[in-house]
Amino acid sequence: MKAERAGMNRDGSWLGLYVLGYLVFLYLPVLLIPLFSFNDSIQAAFPLQGFTLQWYATLYGNPALSGALANSLVIGIIAASGATLCGITVSYMDLYGRSPLATAISTIARLPILIPGVIVGISLLILVNLVGLGPSRVAIVFGHILVALPTTVVVMRSRFAAIPRTVREAALDLGASDWTTFRRVMLPLSLPAVLSAFMLAFLISFDEFIVVFFLAGTEPTLPLYIWSQLRFPRSLPTVMALGTVILAVSFIIAGSAEILRHRGLGAARRVSA
Amino acid sequence: MSTLIAAQAPEARSSSGFRFVMLLPGALVTFLLILFALGLVLFLAFRANDGSLLGAGFSLANFLTVVSDPLYWTVTLRSLIIAGLVTLATVVTAYPVAYYLAFHAGRRRGLLLFLVTLPFWTSYLLRVFAWKIVLAYNGVLNSALIESGIWSEPTLAFLNTPAAVVVTLAHAYAPFAILPIYVALDTIPKSLLEAASDLGARPFTAFRRVVLPNSMPGVLAAALVVFVPTVGDYVTPAMVGGPASTMIGTLIQSQFGKANDWPFGAALSVCVMLVILLVVLVARGADRRFGSRT
Repeated sequence: MKAERAGMNRDGSWLGLYVLGYLVFLYLPVLLIPLFSFNDSIQAAFPLQGFTLQWYATLYGNPALSGALANSLVIGIIAASGATLCGITVSYMDLYGRSPLATAISTIARLPILIPGVIVGISLLILVNLVGLGPSRVAIVFGHILVALPTTVVVMRSRFAAIPRTVREAALDLGASDWTTFRRVMLPLSLPAVLSAFMLAFLISFDEFIVVFFLAGTEPTLPLYIWSQLRFPRSLPTVMALGTVILAVSFIIAGSAEILRHRGLGAARRVSA
Repeated sequence: MSTLIAAQAPEARSSSGFRFVMLLPGALVTFLLILFALGLVLFLAFRANDGSLLGAGFSLANFLTVVSDPLYWTVTLRSLIIAGLVTLATVVTAYPVAYYLAFHAGRRRGLLLFLVTLPFWTSYLLRVFAWKIVLAYNGVLNSALIESGIWSEPTLAFLNTPAAVVVTLAHAYAPFAILPIYVALDTIPKSLLEAASDLGARPFTAFRRVVLPNSMPGVLAAALVVFVPTVGDYVTPAMVGGPASTMIGTLIQSQFGKANDWPFGAALSVCVMLVILLVVLVARGADRRFGSRT
């Protein structure tokens, strides 16, 4: 028994080393972007040529860049609101609606995971042209609601499912209407998850490239701006500086969303206890 | 009894309004943006390109071209091989990580889970771009190899190869695979493992006969969520793949861009969806064989 446990630990420590190596593989290429964004050379190559902030300075006073940033922010906030609203209602009705329609909607809402981005992009491109909208910011919002929908549904569904059924039943037994139960009991209990879903949906929209490529009109988003700059070798350092800022913001938002999600689950456990 | 029914009546009335409001956003998005939009692709695939939005006539010409032109077989086969290799590489490398998370991580589990999922939330475009600067002719890898004296001059062999596409995609989609496998491993009842060891199974036998089969639903789910986005990818081939790694997604994208033949692009999309449907059905079948718990 003792020998067996030692064996387990030895396996565990070998595996631990592997996991460490895996994390290095996962993060190293991405961390090269910040590294070379401070490098005083137009090439991303060793040896490093010395520290500079000049590439960050080129980010200021660039109207094309700030226009793309503003677009990305506005689209991200609207698309994340839409996707979160859909995630809340779809998963709530899936769990408590007791109707085949609600179940079907919830299943279809998670379908975009099984559709490659390029097909989501072209199907919406055909749709927005058909209704006379054409490639535009509204079209991008539609596309990003779709791309973020599986995430918001999954986050909200697991949150609602973690609230003990007795809580909702108690509210209904005490005479609260469906609407009051949802608004005054269930929604406040899942508020951290709502925020978490919103932030993740915003990140998805903010970083999304594959679908937006087909749906953008004359106003590009930030990823499209980066894509357009990649053709010019001279603007590579600027792209790396911009990429560093985007990575930092993504890390902060994703980290906050994760903390919120855990806080939410903790609250659910307290209610059930 | 009658008072009970009376008390429930107003709730039932408010219920239909409530249901309508709550079902509306999801119904709009799923039926209009997903089902109707996909229906449009299917419709367009059977039309001839006459420059108008929805094409003209009804024909199978697009599909006949796809089937008869060897170019599309080559590209489809290449996409399947690349996506297959990426899926295999991601799942095989992710499995030990998920295993460690489920059985050995202890108090570090939360932090490690966060660390492996964090790249999922960073820009896909930037992750691919990172590989471009790593693999470029005067890029990170070449210059590092020369600096360290391993090679005397830079090589073109890294960038613009199908291998570059496989490595880049495997890296970009690595975080997708860990979570489903981890969930499957984590939900294996501990009593099963104890039973295996009590009945005298050695650790490796217990893994092969108990843990691995029980985690197969997670492995299949992981394979699916990696395979689907990679088989239709067009960004990575464009960034690091070069002309020798054109994938089916690249062809679809160009039909809606430069080539400007939407009905043909729609037909290609329908073919990709059929391939994915086939893969999903195979995965479903395998899932059932392993006795899915999900």
